[in-house]
Amino acid sequence: MSNSRNTTSAVELPHAPCGACLTHVRNLGVRLGGQTVLEDLNFDLRCGEITALVGPNGAGKTTLLRALLGEVPFSGNCHFYGGPGHPARRLVIGYVPQRLGFDRAAPLTVADLFALTSGRQPAFLGLTNAVRVAAGVSLAEVDAAHLLNRRLGDLSGGELQRVLLALSLSPSPDLLLLDEPQQGLDAAGLVRFYELVARLRGRFDMAVVLVSHDLAAVTRIADRVFFLDRRLLAAGPPAEVLKKIGAS
Amino acid sequence: MHFLSEFWHGLIGALPWAWAHYSYMRLALLAVFLAAPLFALIGTQVVGLRLVFFSDTLGHAALAGLGIGVVARLVEPWWAMLVWAMVIALLMTWVQRRSRAAADTVLGVFMAFSVALGIMLLSRSGQSNRLVTYLIGDVLGITGHGLAGLAVVLLVAVALAWRWFNALALTGLNASLAGSRGVRVAWVQTGFALLVAVAVTMVIPWIGLLLINAFLVLPAAAARMLARDTRQYLSWAIGLALASGIGGLLSSFYWDTPTGATIVLWASVFYAFAFVTHPRRADQPAVTEATET
Repeated sequence: MSNSRNTTSAVELPHAPCGACLTHVRNLGVRLGGQTVLEDLNFDLRCGEITALVGPNGAGKTTLLRALLGEVPFSGNCHFYGGPGHPARRLVIGYVPQRLGFDRAAPLTVADLFALTSGRQPAFLGLTNAVRVAAGVSLAEVDAAHLLNRRLGDLSGGELQRVLLALSLSPSPDLLLLDEPQQGLDAAGLVRFYELVARLRGRFDMAVVLVSHDLAAVTRIADRVFFLDRRLLAAGPPAEVLKKIGAS
Repeated sequence: MHFLSEFWHGLIGALPWAWAHYSYMRLALLAVFLAAPLFALIGTQVVGLRLVFFSDTLGHAALAGLGIGVVARLVEPWWAMLVWAMVIALLMTWVQRRSRAAADTVLGVFMAFSVALGIMLLSRSGQSNRLVTYLIGDVLGITGHGLAGLAVVLLVAVALAWRWFNALALTGLNASLAGSRGVRVAWVQTGFALLVAVAVTMVIPWIGLLLINAFLVLPAAAARMLARDTRQYLSWAIGLALASGIGGLLSSFYWDTPTGATIVLWASVFYAFAFVTHPRRADQPAVTEATET
Protein backbone atom coordinates (compact mmCIF):
# COMPACT_ATOMS: atom_id res chain seq x y z
CA MET A 1 0.00 0.00 0.00
CA SER A 2 1.40 3.38 -0.94
CA ASN A 3 -1.00 5.59 1.00
CA SER A 4 1.22 5.98 4.03
CA ARG A 5 1.61 9.74 4.11
CA ASN A 6 0.85 11.62 7.31
CA THR A 7 -0.04 8.46 9.14
CA THR A 8 3.30 7.15 10.33
CA SER A 9 2.88 9.00 13.63
CA ALA A 10 0.13 6.54 14.53
CA VAL A 11 2.56 3.65 14.37
CA GLU A 12 4.18 2.54 17.56
CA LEU A 13 7.69 1.40 16.77
CA PRO A 14 9.05 -1.40 18.96
CA HIS A 15 11.93 -0.86 21.29
CA ALA A 16 14.19 -3.43 22.93
CA PRO A 17 13.23 -4.87 26.31
CA CYS A 18 14.48 -2.89 29.32
CA GLY A 19 14.64 -5.98 31.54
CA ALA A 20 13.02 -4.12 34.42
CA CYS A 21 9.30 -4.50 33.71
CA LEU A 22 7.77 -7.08 35.94
CA THR A 23 4.46 -8.89 36.17
CA HIS A 24 4.33 -9.93 39.78
CA VAL A 25 1.97 -12.79 40.75
CA ARG A 26 1.47 -13.79 44.38
CA ASN A 27 -0.80 -16.47 45.91
CA LEU A 28 -2.88 -16.75 42.77
CA GLY A 29 -5.65 -19.30 43.03
CA VAL A 30 -8.70 -20.13 40.89
CA ARG A 31 -11.79 -22.07 41.90
CA LEU A 32 -14.27 -22.99 39.19
CA GLY A 33 -17.56 -24.78 39.90
CA GLY A 34 -16.50 -25.63 43.45
CA GLN A 35 -13.21 -27.19 42.34
CA THR A 36 -9.73 -25.84 42.91
CA VAL A 37 -8.16 -25.48 39.49
CA LEU A 38 -5.11 -23.48 40.51
CA GLU A 39 -3.66 -22.69 43.92
CA ASP A 40 -0.78 -20.92 45.57
CA LEU A 41 0.97 -19.72 42.42
CA ASN A 42 3.90 -17.35 42.96
CA PHE A 43 6.03 -16.14 40.10
CA ASP A 44 7.42 -13.13 38.26
CA LEU A 45 7.43 -12.53 34.52
CA ARG A 46 10.16 -10.21 33.25
CA CYS A 47 10.29 -8.39 29.96
CA GLY A 48 12.71 -9.95 27.52
CA GLU A 49 12.13 -13.42 28.91
CA ILE A 50 10.26 -16.33 27.38
CA THR A 51 8.54 -18.50 29.91
CA ALA A 52 7.19 -21.85 28.78
CA LEU A 53 4.15 -23.04 30.69
CA VAL A 54 4.00 -26.83 30.49
CA GLY A 55 2.01 -29.51 32.24
CA PRO A 56 -0.36 -32.38 31.59
CA ASN A 57 -3.84 -31.91 30.12
CA GLY A 58 -6.17 -30.37 32.66
CA ALA A 59 -3.28 -28.93 34.66
CA GLY A 60 -4.79 -25.45 34.51
CA LYS A 61 -2.50 -23.93 31.89
CA THR A 62 -5.28 -22.29 29.89
CA THR A 63 -7.06 -21.30 33.10
CA LEU A 64 -3.94 -19.45 34.23
CA LEU A 65 -3.90 -17.53 30.93
CA ARG A 66 -7.58 -16.71 31.36
CA ALA A 67 -6.92 -15.53 34.91
CA LEU A 68 -4.11 -13.25 33.68
CA LEU A 69 -6.50 -11.96 31.01
CA GLY A 70 -9.04 -11.20 33.73
CA GLU A 71 -11.58 -13.60 32.27
CA VAL A 72 -11.91 -15.85 35.31
CA PRO A 73 -11.98 -14.52 38.86
CA PHE A 74 -8.96 -15.39 40.97
CA SER A 75 -7.74 -14.91 44.53
CA GLY A 76 -4.34 -13.42 45.26
CA ASN A 77 -2.50 -10.62 43.51
CA CYS A 78 -1.31 -9.85 40.02
CA HIS A 79 0.53 -6.55 39.62
CA PHE A 80 2.47 -5.00 36.80
CA TYR A 81 5.45 -2.79 37.54
CA GLY A 82 6.85 -0.87 34.59
CA GLY A 83 10.58 -0.27 34.46
CA PRO A 84 12.21 3.17 34.67
CA GLY A 85 10.75 5.57 32.12
CA HIS A 86 7.46 3.68 31.95
CA PRO A 87 4.42 5.77 32.78
CA ALA A 88 2.20 4.08 35.36
CA ARG A 89 -0.63 2.37 33.48
CA ARG A 90 -2.55 -0.83 33.19
CA LEU A 91 -0.85 -3.96 31.94
CA VAL A 92 -1.30 -4.35 28.18
CA ILE A 93 -1.70 -8.00 27.26
CA GLY A 94 -1.29 -9.42 23.79
CA TYR A 95 -3.10 -12.69 23.37
CA VAL A 96 -2.66 -15.29 20.63
CA PRO A 97 -5.59 -17.73 20.80
CA GLN A 98 -5.42 -21.40 19.90
CA ARG A 99 -7.93 -20.97 17.14
CA LEU A 100 -10.43 -18.55 15.65
CA GLY A 101 -14.09 -19.45 15.16
CA PHE A 102 -14.45 -18.93 11.44
CA ASP A 103 -15.11 -21.34 8.61
CA ARG A 104 -12.94 -21.42 5.54
CA ALA A 105 -15.64 -19.76 3.45
CA ALA A 106 -15.97 -16.74 5.74
CA PRO A 107 -15.73 -13.34 4.01
CA LEU A 108 -13.01 -12.17 6.36
CA THR A 109 -9.59 -10.87 5.37
CA VAL A 110 -6.46 -10.24 7.39
CA ALA A 111 -7.19 -6.52 6.98
CA ASP A 112 -10.66 -7.09 8.47
CA LEU A 113 -9.06 -8.73 11.48
CA PHE A 114 -6.99 -5.60 12.10
CA ALA A 115 -10.03 -3.38 11.56
CA LEU A 116 -11.98 -5.42 14.12
CA THR A 117 -9.29 -5.28 16.77
CA SER A 118 -7.85 -1.82 16.42
CA GLY A 119 -10.16 0.23 14.27
CA ARG A 120 -12.40 2.88 15.72
CA GLN A 121 -14.74 2.71 12.78
CA PRO A 122 -16.86 -0.40 12.19
CA ALA A 123 -15.08 -2.95 10.01
CA PHE A 124 -17.86 -2.93 7.41
CA LEU A 125 -16.68 0.55 6.40
CA GLY A 126 -13.22 -0.81 5.65
CA LEU A 127 -9.81 0.09 7.00
CA THR A 128 -8.69 3.59 7.95
CA ASN A 129 -5.27 4.63 6.68
CA ALA A 130 -3.83 4.70 10.18
CA VAL A 131 -4.94 1.13 10.90
CA ARG A 132 -3.73 -0.05 7.49
CA VAL A 133 -0.26 1.36 8.10
CA ALA A 134 -0.09 0.00 11.65
CA ALA A 135 -1.25 -3.41 10.39
CA GLY A 136 1.48 -3.33 7.74
CA VAL A 137 4.13 -2.60 10.36
CA SER A 138 2.92 -5.39 12.65
CA LEU A 139 2.67 -7.88 9.80
CA ALA A 140 6.17 -6.98 8.60
CA GLU A 141 7.48 -7.95 12.05
CA VAL A 142 6.34 -11.52 11.40
CA ASP A 143 7.28 -11.56 7.67
CA ALA A 144 3.62 -11.47 6.66
CA ALA A 145 3.16 -8.02 5.12
CA HIS A 146 2.07 -9.68 1.86
CA LEU A 147 -0.90 -11.32 3.61
CA LEU A 148 -2.81 -8.10 4.43
CA ASN A 149 -5.48 -8.52 1.76
CA ARG A 150 -5.73 -12.31 1.86
CA ARG A 151 -8.81 -14.12 3.11
CA LEU A 152 -8.30 -15.95 6.41
CA GLY A 153 -9.76 -19.10 4.86
CA ASP A 154 -7.00 -19.09 2.23
CA LEU A 155 -4.15 -18.95 4.75
CA SER A 156 -2.10 -21.96 5.79
CA GLY A 157 -1.87 -22.89 9.47
CA GLY A 158 1.55 -21.25 9.72
CA GLU A 159 0.42 -18.06 8.01
CA LEU A 160 -2.63 -17.75 10.26
CA GLN A 161 -0.48 -18.24 13.36
CA ARG A 162 1.84 -15.44 12.20
CA VAL A 163 -1.08 -13.14 11.47
CA LEU A 164 -2.49 -13.76 14.96
CA LEU A 165 0.95 -13.04 16.39
CA ALA A 166 1.13 -9.77 14.44
CA LEU A 167 -2.34 -8.86 15.71
CA SER A 168 -1.18 -9.28 19.32
CA LEU A 169 1.78 -6.89 18.77
CA SER A 170 -0.39 -3.83 18.28
CA PRO A 171 -0.76 -2.08 20.66
CA SER A 172 2.69 -3.09 21.88
CA PRO A 173 2.06 -5.48 24.80
CA ASP A 174 3.84 -5.75 28.16
CA LEU A 175 2.89 -9.39 28.32
CA LEU A 176 2.39 -11.70 25.35
CA LEU A 177 0.38 -14.86 25.97
CA LEU A 178 0.54 -17.66 23.39
CA ASP A 179 -1.95 -20.46 23.94
CA GLU A 180 -0.73 -23.75 22.39
CA PRO A 181 0.51 -22.22 19.12
CA GLN A 182 1.35 -25.66 17.70
CA GLN A 183 -2.27 -26.12 16.56
CA GLY A 184 -2.31 -26.49 12.80
CA LEU A 185 1.48 -26.44 12.44
CA ASP A 186 3.76 -29.26 11.35
CA ALA A 187 7.11 -29.80 13.08
CA ALA A 188 9.08 -27.57 10.70
CA GLY A 189 6.43 -24.85 10.88
CA LEU A 190 6.53 -24.95 14.66
CA VAL A 191 10.31 -24.51 14.75
CA ARG A 192 10.02 -21.51 12.44
CA PHE A 193 7.23 -20.05 14.56
CA TYR A 194 9.26 -20.44 17.76
CA GLU A 195 12.28 -18.82 16.09
CA LEU A 196 10.05 -15.91 15.18
CA VAL A 197 8.82 -15.56 18.77
CA ALA A 198 12.41 -15.65 20.00
CA ARG A 199 13.32 -12.88 17.54
CA LEU A 200 10.38 -10.70 18.61
CA ARG A 201 11.32 -11.14 22.25
CA GLY A 202 14.51 -9.24 21.53
CA ARG A 203 12.71 -6.45 19.67
CA PHE A 204 9.68 -5.75 21.82
CA ASP A 205 9.66 -4.66 25.42
CA MET A 206 7.55 -7.57 26.63
CA ALA A 207 7.48 -10.79 28.60
CA VAL A 208 6.36 -13.87 26.69
CA VAL A 209 4.38 -16.79 28.12
CA LEU A 210 4.12 -19.81 25.90
CA VAL A 211 1.63 -22.54 26.79
CA SER A 212 2.46 -26.00 25.50
CA HIS A 213 2.03 -29.62 26.37
CA ASP A 214 5.12 -30.44 24.33
CA LEU A 215 8.02 -29.93 26.72
CA ALA A 216 10.80 -30.88 24.30
CA ALA A 217 9.72 -28.33 21.69
CA VAL A 218 9.59 -25.28 23.94
CA THR A 219 12.77 -25.86 25.93
CA ARG A 220 14.81 -24.81 22.93
CA ILE A 221 13.63 -21.22 23.03
CA ALA A 222 12.40 -20.78 26.60
CA ASP A 223 14.51 -18.98 29.17
CA ARG A 224 12.48 -20.52 31.94
CA VAL A 225 10.01 -23.36 32.24
CA PHE A 226 7.09 -23.51 34.62
CA PHE A 227 5.82 -27.02 35.22
CA LEU A 228 2.22 -26.66 36.30
CA ASP A 229 -0.22 -29.18 37.67
CA ARG A 230 -2.71 -27.21 39.73
CA ARG A 231 0.33 -25.91 41.61
CA LEU A 232 3.66 -24.73 40.30
CA LEU A 233 5.64 -27.98 40.73
CA ALA A 234 8.88 -26.77 39.19
CA ALA A 235 10.20 -23.48 37.84
CA GLY A 236 13.59 -22.53 36.48
CA PRO A 237 15.89 -22.93 33.48
CA PRO A 238 14.74 -25.69 31.08
CA ALA A 239 17.54 -28.16 31.92
CA GLU A 240 16.91 -27.84 35.64
CA VAL A 241 13.16 -28.33 35.31
CA LEU A 242 13.62 -31.29 32.99
CA LYS A 243 15.91 -32.95 35.54
CA LYS A 244 13.47 -32.28 38.34
CA ILE A 245 10.50 -33.71 36.45
CA GLY A 246 12.53 -36.70 35.30
CA ALA A 247 13.55 -37.46 38.89
CA SER A 248 10.02 -37.41 40.29
CA MET B 1 -44.79 12.47 9.89
CA HIS B 2 -47.99 13.19 8.01
CA PHE B 3 -46.03 15.03 5.34
CA LEU B 4 -43.65 12.09 4.89
CA SER B 5 -46.57 9.72 4.55
CA GLU B 6 -48.24 11.94 1.92
CA PHE B 7 -44.96 12.23 0.06
CA TRP B 8 -44.35 8.47 -0.03
CA HIS B 9 -47.89 7.63 -1.14
CA GLY B 10 -47.75 10.34 -3.78
CA LEU B 11 -44.36 9.23 -5.05
CA ILE B 12 -45.13 5.52 -5.35
CA GLY B 13 -48.75 6.13 -6.36
CA ALA B 14 -47.48 8.01 -9.41
CA LEU B 15 -45.86 4.84 -10.74
CA PRO B 16 -47.72 3.39 -13.72
CA TRP B 17 -48.09 -0.18 -12.42
CA ALA B 18 -51.25 -1.73 -10.94
CA TRP B 19 -49.77 -2.58 -7.55
CA ALA B 20 -48.78 1.02 -6.93
CA HIS B 21 -52.43 2.03 -6.75
CA TYR B 22 -53.00 0.04 -3.57
CA SER B 23 -52.27 1.82 -0.32
CA TYR B 24 -51.24 -1.41 1.47
CA MET B 25 -48.70 -2.18 -1.26
CA ARG B 26 -47.13 1.25 -0.89
CA LEU B 27 -46.83 0.70 2.86
CA ALA B 28 -45.45 -2.78 2.32
CA LEU B 29 -42.80 -1.46 -0.06
CA LEU B 30 -41.69 1.03 2.59
CA ALA B 31 -41.59 -1.83 5.10
CA VAL B 32 -39.24 -3.73 2.78
CA PHE B 33 -36.94 -0.71 2.48
CA LEU B 34 -36.71 -0.52 6.28
CA ALA B 35 -36.62 -4.24 7.11
CA ALA B 36 -34.09 -5.30 4.45
CA PRO B 37 -31.11 -3.26 5.72
CA LEU B 38 -32.06 -4.01 9.33
CA PHE B 39 -32.22 -7.74 8.68
CA ALA B 40 -29.06 -7.70 6.57
CA LEU B 41 -27.14 -5.94 9.34
CA ILE B 42 -28.39 -8.36 11.99
CA GLY B 43 -28.44 -11.43 9.74
CA THR B 44 -24.76 -11.15 8.75
CA GLN B 45 -23.86 -11.21 12.44
CA VAL B 46 -26.31 -14.02 13.21
CA VAL B 47 -24.66 -16.16 10.51
CA GLY B 48 -21.13 -15.16 11.51
CA LEU B 49 -21.72 -15.84 15.20
CA ARG B 50 -23.46 -19.16 14.40
CA LEU B 51 -26.71 -17.98 16.01
CA VAL B 52 -29.03 -19.19 13.24
CA PHE B 53 -30.84 -21.63 15.50
CA PHE B 54 -30.96 -19.01 18.25
CA SER B 55 -32.82 -16.51 16.07
CA ASP B 56 -35.11 -19.27 14.79
CA THR B 57 -35.99 -20.12 18.38
CA LEU B 58 -36.79 -16.46 19.04
CA GLY B 59 -39.17 -16.46 16.07
CA HIS B 60 -41.03 -19.50 17.34
CA ALA B 61 -41.06 -18.14 20.89
CA ALA B 62 -43.35 -15.42 19.58
CA LEU B 63 -46.15 -17.99 19.59
CA ALA B 64 -46.14 -18.23 23.38
CA GLY B 65 -46.02 -14.44 23.61
CA LEU B 66 -49.04 -14.21 21.37
CA GLY B 67 -50.88 -16.77 23.51
CA ILE B 68 -50.14 -14.85 26.67
CA GLY B 69 -51.24 -11.60 25.06
CA VAL B 70 -54.55 -13.12 23.97
CA VAL B 71 -55.26 -14.74 27.34
CA ALA B 72 -54.44 -11.47 29.11
CA ARG B 73 -56.98 -9.83 26.75
CA LEU B 74 -54.51 -7.21 25.53
CA VAL B 75 -55.85 -4.98 22.76
CA GLU B 76 -52.51 -5.47 21.01
CA PRO B 77 -51.18 -8.96 21.83
CA TRP B 78 -48.08 -8.00 19.84
CA TRP B 79 -46.69 -6.23 22.91
CA ALA B 80 -46.80 -9.49 24.84
CA MET B 81 -44.88 -11.10 21.96
CA LEU B 82 -42.20 -8.44 22.17
CA VAL B 83 -41.77 -8.73 25.94
CA TRP B 84 -41.80 -12.53 25.78
CA ALA B 85 -39.19 -12.63 23.02
CA MET B 86 -36.91 -10.32 25.01
CA VAL B 87 -37.34 -12.41 28.16
CA ILE B 88 -36.61 -15.61 26.22
CA ALA B 89 -33.55 -13.98 24.61
CA LEU B 90 -32.18 -13.05 28.04
CA LEU B 91 -32.96 -16.49 29.48
CA MET B 92 -31.36 -18.33 26.58
CA THR B 93 -28.19 -16.23 26.77
CA TRP B 94 -28.03 -16.78 30.51
CA VAL B 95 -28.60 -20.54 30.37
CA GLN B 96 -26.10 -20.95 27.54
CA ARG B 97 -23.41 -19.21 29.54
CA ARG B 98 -24.00 -21.48 32.53
CA SER B 99 -25.02 -24.80 31.11
CA ARG B 100 -22.63 -27.44 29.88
CA ALA B 101 -25.33 -28.93 27.66
CA ALA B 102 -24.88 -28.43 23.95
CA ALA B 103 -26.29 -25.10 22.81
CA ASP B 104 -28.65 -26.62 20.27
CA THR B 105 -30.23 -28.84 22.94
CA VAL B 106 -30.88 -25.87 25.20
CA LEU B 107 -32.38 -23.89 22.31
CA GLY B 108 -34.49 -26.87 21.26
CA VAL B 109 -36.01 -27.02 24.73
CA PHE B 110 -36.87 -23.33 24.67
CA MET B 111 -38.43 -23.63 21.25
CA ALA B 112 -40.52 -26.66 22.17
CA PHE B 113 -41.71 -25.04 25.39
CA SER B 114 -42.72 -21.80 23.67
CA VAL B 115 -44.54 -23.45 20.78
CA ALA B 116 -46.39 -25.85 23.11
CA LEU B 117 -47.42 -23.04 25.46
CA GLY B 118 -48.53 -20.85 22.58
CA ILE B 119 -50.71 -23.54 20.97
CA MET B 120 -52.30 -24.42 24.33
CA LEU B 121 -53.12 -20.84 25.29
CA LEU B 122 -54.50 -19.95 21.85
CA SER B 123 -56.68 -23.07 21.73
CA ARG B 124 -58.02 -22.57 25.26
CA SER B 125 -59.07 -19.02 24.44
CA GLY B 126 -60.72 -20.13 21.20
CA GLN B 127 -58.40 -18.00 19.07
CA SER B 128 -56.80 -20.70 16.95
CA ASN B 129 -57.60 -18.70 13.82
CA ARG B 130 -55.00 -16.12 14.91
CA LEU B 131 -52.48 -18.89 14.80
CA VAL B 132 -52.50 -19.13 11.01
CA THR B 133 -52.21 -15.36 10.58
CA TYR B 134 -49.09 -15.25 12.70
CA LEU B 135 -47.63 -18.40 11.20
CA ILE B 136 -47.66 -17.13 7.62
CA GLY B 137 -47.92 -13.38 8.18
CA ASP B 138 -50.18 -10.79 6.62
CA VAL B 139 -48.97 -7.87 4.59
CA LEU B 140 -52.29 -6.11 5.17
CA GLY B 141 -51.31 -5.78 8.82
CA ILE B 142 -48.69 -3.11 8.07
CA THR B 143 -49.63 0.20 9.66
CA GLY B 144 -48.06 3.62 9.83
CA HIS B 145 -47.32 3.06 13.51
CA GLY B 146 -45.65 -0.25 12.75
CA LEU B 147 -43.46 1.40 10.11
CA ALA B 148 -42.50 4.23 12.45
CA GLY B 149 -41.51 1.62 15.04
CA LEU B 150 -39.47 -0.26 12.47
CA ALA B 151 -37.70 2.94 11.41
CA VAL B 152 -36.76 3.61 15.04
CA VAL B 153 -35.41 0.07 15.46
CA LEU B 154 -33.38 0.46 12.25
CA LEU B 155 -31.85 3.72 13.48
CA VAL B 156 -31.05 2.20 16.86
CA ALA B 157 -29.50 -0.86 15.21
CA VAL B 158 -27.29 1.30 12.98
CA ALA B 159 -26.18 3.37 15.96
CA LEU B 160 -25.39 0.22 17.95
CA ALA B 161 -23.49 -1.27 15.00
CA TRP B 162 -21.43 1.89 14.68
CA ARG B 163 -20.21 1.50 18.24
CA TRP B 164 -20.20 -2.27 18.80
CA PHE B 165 -19.97 -4.03 15.43
CA ASN B 166 -16.23 -4.74 15.86
CA ALA B 167 -16.67 -5.92 19.43
CA LEU B 168 -19.50 -8.27 18.49
CA ALA B 169 -17.71 -9.76 15.48
CA LEU B 170 -14.59 -10.28 17.57
CA THR B 171 -16.49 -12.22 20.26
CA GLY B 172 -17.62 -14.55 17.46
CA LEU B 173 -14.02 -15.18 16.42
CA ASN B 174 -12.63 -15.76 19.88
CA ALA B 175 -14.15 -14.58 23.17
CA SER B 176 -10.79 -14.50 24.97
CA LEU B 177 -9.22 -12.46 22.18
CA ALA B 178 -12.17 -10.05 22.38
CA GLY B 179 -11.76 -9.87 26.15
CA SER B 180 -8.04 -9.11 25.83
CA ARG B 181 -9.04 -6.16 23.62
CA GLY B 182 -11.27 -4.72 26.31
CA VAL B 183 -14.58 -6.05 24.95
CA ARG B 184 -17.12 -6.82 27.65
CA VAL B 185 -18.16 -10.08 26.06
CA ALA B 186 -21.21 -10.93 28.18
CA TRP B 187 -22.75 -7.47 27.73
CA VAL B 188 -22.18 -7.39 24.00
CA GLN B 189 -23.69 -10.86 23.53
CA THR B 190 -26.70 -10.07 25.69
CA GLY B 191 -27.29 -6.74 23.96
CA PHE B 192 -27.19 -8.38 20.55
CA ALA B 193 -29.63 -11.12 21.65
CA LEU B 194 -32.08 -8.40 22.70
CA LEU B 195 -31.68 -6.57 19.39
CA VAL B 196 -32.41 -9.79 17.48
CA ALA B 197 -35.50 -10.35 19.62
CA VAL B 198 -36.85 -6.85 18.95
CA ALA B 199 -36.10 -6.87 15.21
CA VAL B 200 -37.60 -10.31 14.64
CA THR B 201 -40.76 -9.49 16.61
CA MET B 202 -41.26 -6.25 14.68
CA VAL B 203 -41.45 -8.06 11.36
CA ILE B 204 -43.18 -11.33 12.35
CA PRO B 205 -46.73 -10.02 11.81
CA TRP B 206 -45.89 -9.35 8.13
CA ILE B 207 -43.58 -12.21 7.18
CA GLY B 208 -44.94 -14.84 9.56
CA LEU B 209 -43.06 -16.65 12.26
CA LEU B 210 -42.51 -19.81 10.21
CA LEU B 211 -40.33 -18.00 7.70
CA ILE B 212 -39.03 -14.97 9.59
CA ASN B 213 -35.70 -16.62 10.24
CA ALA B 214 -35.26 -17.48 6.57
CA PHE B 215 -35.62 -13.80 5.67
CA LEU B 216 -33.06 -12.97 8.34
CA VAL B 217 -30.52 -15.62 7.39
CA LEU B 218 -30.79 -16.42 3.67
CA PRO B 219 -29.60 -13.08 2.22
CA ALA B 220 -26.66 -13.10 4.64
CA ALA B 221 -25.83 -16.73 3.88
CA ALA B 222 -25.89 -16.03 0.13
CA ALA B 223 -23.82 -12.86 0.59
CA ARG B 224 -21.26 -14.90 2.51
CA MET B 225 -20.50 -16.88 -0.61
CA LEU B 226 -20.33 -13.85 -2.92
CA ALA B 227 -18.24 -11.53 -0.73
CA ARG B 228 -14.59 -11.76 0.15
CA ASP B 229 -14.34 -9.25 3.00
CA THR B 230 -16.50 -7.70 5.72
CA ARG B 231 -17.41 -4.65 3.69
CA GLN B 232 -18.60 -6.61 0.65
CA TYR B 233 -20.40 -9.05 2.94
CA LEU B 234 -22.73 -6.40 4.36
CA SER B 235 -23.24 -4.70 0.98
CA TRP B 236 -24.22 -7.98 -0.70
CA ALA B 237 -26.52 -8.89 2.20
CA ILE B 238 -28.35 -5.55 1.99
CA GLY B 239 -28.63 -5.85 -1.78
CA LEU B 240 -29.97 -9.39 -1.69
CA ALA B 241 -32.41 -8.66 1.15
CA LEU B 242 -33.76 -5.67 -0.82
CA ALA B 243 -33.97 -7.69 -4.02
CA SER B 244 -35.78 -10.58 -2.28
CA GLY B 245 -38.08 -8.16 -0.45
CA ILE B 246 -39.07 -6.12 -3.51
CA GLY B 247 -39.19 -9.13 -5.83
CA GLY B 248 -41.25 -11.11 -3.33
CA LEU B 249 -43.67 -8.28 -2.59
CA LEU B 250 -44.40 -7.51 -6.23
CA SER B 251 -44.67 -11.12 -7.37
CA SER B 252 -46.93 -11.97 -4.44
CA PHE B 253 -49.24 -9.21 -5.70
CA TYR B 254 -49.44 -10.64 -9.21
CA TRP B 255 -49.42 -14.32 -8.16
CA ASP B 256 -51.86 -13.73 -5.29
CA THR B 257 -49.63 -15.57 -2.81
CA PRO B 258 -48.65 -14.78 0.82
CA THR B 259 -45.95 -12.09 0.75
CA GLY B 260 -43.68 -13.56 3.42
CA ALA B 261 -43.46 -16.91 1.67
CA THR B 262 -42.87 -15.28 -1.71
CA ILE B 263 -40.05 -13.12 -0.33
CA VAL B 264 -38.38 -16.16 1.18
CA LEU B 265 -38.78 -18.03 -2.11
CA TRP B 266 -36.85 -15.27 -3.86
CA ALA B 267 -34.21 -15.30 -1.13
CA SER B 268 -33.84 -19.06 -1.63
CA VAL B 269 -33.39 -18.58 -5.37
CA PHE B 270 -30.65 -16.00 -4.74
CA TYR B 271 -28.99 -18.40 -2.31
CA ALA B 272 -29.06 -21.19 -4.87
CA PHE B 273 -27.63 -18.82 -7.48
CA ALA B 274 -24.78 -17.82 -5.15
CA PHE B 275 -24.13 -21.46 -4.31
CA VAL B 276 -23.92 -22.50 -7.95
CA THR B 277 -21.82 -19.57 -9.16
CA HIS B 278 -19.48 -19.29 -6.14
CA PRO B 279 -19.21 -22.78 -4.69
CA ARG B 280 -16.68 -21.83 -2.08
CA ARG B 281 -16.81 -24.74 0.32
CA ALA B 282 -15.46 -25.59 3.73
CA ASP B 283 -13.51 -28.48 2.22
CA GLN B 284 -11.63 -26.18 -0.13
CA PRO B 285 -7.94 -27.13 0.04
CA ALA B 286 -5.80 -24.77 2.06
CA VAL B 287 -2.89 -22.90 0.55
CA THR B 288 0.13 -24.92 1.56
CA GLU B 289 3.23 -23.70 3.33
CA ALA B 290 5.22 -24.33 0.15
CA THR B 291 3.59 -21.37 -1.59
CA GLU B 292 4.78 -18.93 1.04
CA THR B 293 7.36 -16.40 0.01
